[in-house]
Amino acid sequence: MRLINIIPGRPLAVFLLFLPFVLVLIAYAVGSDIRLAENPSDKLLPAPATIGDTMLRLTTEGDRRTGRILFWHDTWASLKRLGVGIGISATFGLLFGLLIGLVPLVRSLLSQFVAVLSMIPPLALLPILFIVFGLGELSKVVLIVVGTLPFVIRDMSQRTLEIPQELLVKAQTLGASSWVIAVRVALPQVMPRLIQAIRLSLGPAWLFLIAAEAIAADLGLGYRIFLVRRYLAMDVILTYVIWITILAFLMDYTLRQVSKRLFPWAEDGL
Amino acid sequence: MSFVTVRDIFQSYGNRPIIERVNLDADEGEFVSIVGASGCGKSTFLRLLLAQERPTKGTIQIDGADPAKEPGLDRGIVFQKYSVFPHMTVRENIVAGESMRTGWGRFFGAPRRAAHARAQETLARIGLDHVADQYPATLSGGMQQRLAIGQALTAKPRVLLLDEPFGALDPGTRLSMHDFLDDLRDETGMTVFMVTHDLDEAFKLGDRVLVFDKPRWDPHDPSAYGATITYDFDARDGGIPFQRLKESINVRTTP
Repeated sequence: MRLINIIPGRPLAVFLLFLPFVLVLIAYAVGSDIRLAENPSDKLLPAPATIGDTMLRLTTEGDRRTGRILFWHDTWASLKRLGVGIGISATFGLLFGLLIGLVPLVRSLLSQFVAVLSMIPPLALLPILFIVFGLGELSKVVLIVVGTLPFVIRDMSQRTLEIPQELLVKAQTLGASSWVIAVRVALPQVMPRLIQAIRLSLGPAWLFLIAAEAIAADLGLGYRIFLVRRYLAMDVILTYVIWITILAFLMDYTLRQVSKRLFPWAEDGL
Repeated sequence: MSFVTVRDIFQSYGNRPIIERVNLDADEGEFVSIVGASGCGKSTFLRLLLAQERPTKGTIQIDGADPAKEPGLDRGIVFQKYSVFPHMTVRENIVAGESMRTGWGRFFGAPRRAAHARAQETLARIGLDHVADQYPATLSGGMQQRLAIGQALTAKPRVLLLDEPFGALDPGTRLSMHDFLDDLRDETGMTVFMVTHDLDEAFKLGDRVLVFDKPRWDPHDPSAYGATITYDFDARDGGIPFQRLKESINVRTTP
């Protein structure tokens, strides 16, 4: 039987699903064990149990000076920056994407401009953003927007252009104005694609967030990781990395479910 | 004056002529079938009738009005596919036939309830009331095309244009769609232009059958000349062809 025709049954599929996770955990535990056996005060690969203790301490115990549980404050600060940044990108990406995709005049005006803008490496702009917008929240949000908006605009305009011409003509024969075509035909058709675009830009958004926080912040997940790096506190860093991964995964999963719930017609395709 | 008047239409894309010197007079309530080989400008002609494209030369008038610059309420269209809005339920698709022309493209309150009630009647008429709340993707091809025709008719166009509407359907469904279309015509008496590949279908449904072909052919440069109407058959009398030849252009025949 050909390899491409061998389909795993349910138990095997579940086993294969968890296999890489378990293997990574085992590899880490073994590596950590070897290093700790040689040098009990090794900091590079702390034992899984140590990481567990650190997790518990970070998530439940307050800061000695202020009494705040920094872990949750970091999380909240980062999520706020990420949410505002992605929200702005999604809103303007949708707006400009629809305009570029639907209105030939705007397409002639903006599509090449956006194409050039999207080639600017956002991190190269970071110093400018810090100079212009200061070291506060604004520059971090702007970095996320600068990093993700051109992609969202280009994706949304492309998706708008991919709407079958037949549907646009049909709407015109039903007497729809440009505005009605935009909100009743184009907008609902690209909404599932917008969620896809957001899912895809979440990766870069996290990257830009952590980069900005690493350089200048006093709170935030990225800030904390780069702060404790000085003390080689691998247990803290790993806790934060795992937490960021979980957060990113949950966001992705939630967006996928939202898309399925809100746009049932998009799943089957037409 | 005739209802649909086509005068000296030329259409070319760049240097390539697609159709040339097309003249046509169609009466109100006439069903005109358009046949021809692939690439002979049938669909281009339909797009010109729809005003999706404007001709390089010549005019198309409906009921003496000025030539249209863009598609509008006076022309309805059913394409072979992508003819209904996939993101609206079957009922919403019918309601869209009336609501798209409003400022927000939808009805609110009492007009909405009234439109839904009318849509329910239409759906019962086209046999789709049992799937009113489903999305078009869950319907069969024939049901989707019935929905598309129902939606187009809800907008009450002066002329209905059909671009190979049954091309993707299986033969059985096709036959039932023919009956469906015949019944609708008897009720509404609308003017229809239908492009099709199927000669039987063209003669069965149409009052007239137009054949598009290239009257001139340069073997060294096949795209040098455009197509035009080479035959214009009267297809009434139970769809038995070749009964009365209406025109004599390019047709070798005794009057």
